[in-house]
Amino acid sequence: MLTLPKTVHQQMVAHCLVGLPDEACGLLGGDPATGEAVTCYPTRNLAASAKLYTVDPKEHLRADRDAESHGHSIIGVFHSHTHTEAYPSPTDVAQAPDPDWHYILVSLRDTEPVVRSYRIVDGSIDEEPVRLLSS
Amino acid sequence: MPVQVNLPTVLRPHAGGERTVAVEGDTVGQVLTALVAQYPGMTGQVIDDSGSLHKFVNVYLNDDDVRYLSGIDTPVAGADQLSILPAVAGGAVPVGASHPR
Repeated sequence: MLTLPKTVHQQMVAHCLVGLPDEACGLLGGDPATGEAVTCYPTRNLAASAKLYTVDPKEHLRADRDAESHGHSIIGVFHSHTHTEAYPSPTDVAQAPDPDWHYILVSLRDTEPVVRSYRIVDGSIDEEPVRLLSS
Repeated sequence: MPVQVNLPTVLRPHAGGERTVAVEGDTVGQVLTALVAQYPGMTGQVIDDSGSLHKFVNVYLNDDDVRYLSGIDTPVAGADQLSILPAVAGGAVPVGASHPR
């Protein structure tokens, strides 16, 4: 299960909306043991594309250092699908870097953004619940 | 003098769970080769078969991506830190591909 404070959820969705018409992406810092995200790290999409994303490696390094300095880790990545549902594409699955990460999809296809989270292990996709915290 | 290598979470299990390990070498390539020799579970995950950096990995010498320095030939010294992070990329269905569902 992925646990998201409301603020992290809002930052994530806002970053995806601001990134339109391109896909937007970012990283989540938090506790890998509990799956609770604490910090949203919006990053630049180096691919600058409506169909692909690449997290800016320098921003990834900065986010990783910040998370580690607070006793956390990067626990997942989020990105938007601008015209398709919130489900990992073959590209997402093929390039999933870490089986312990949470892979969050924000679909902007419909009027309301849809946020869903997955675990991707050895090419297999499993959706997981997303719990929102009020704070 | 050994260089400090910061490992991403995905590689830590191969190094007994350590976040940081000390590895000898005078260049980025030597350090990474020694790292894999020290922790064989990382074989094929940092350096590819041709001895180049794996395409899904980014390596930083302190704050700089080594691909923008001299790659695996970039010299390193004792006070340096090497950080390895996965390249994070993906996206919606590629043009011409079928949707998974």
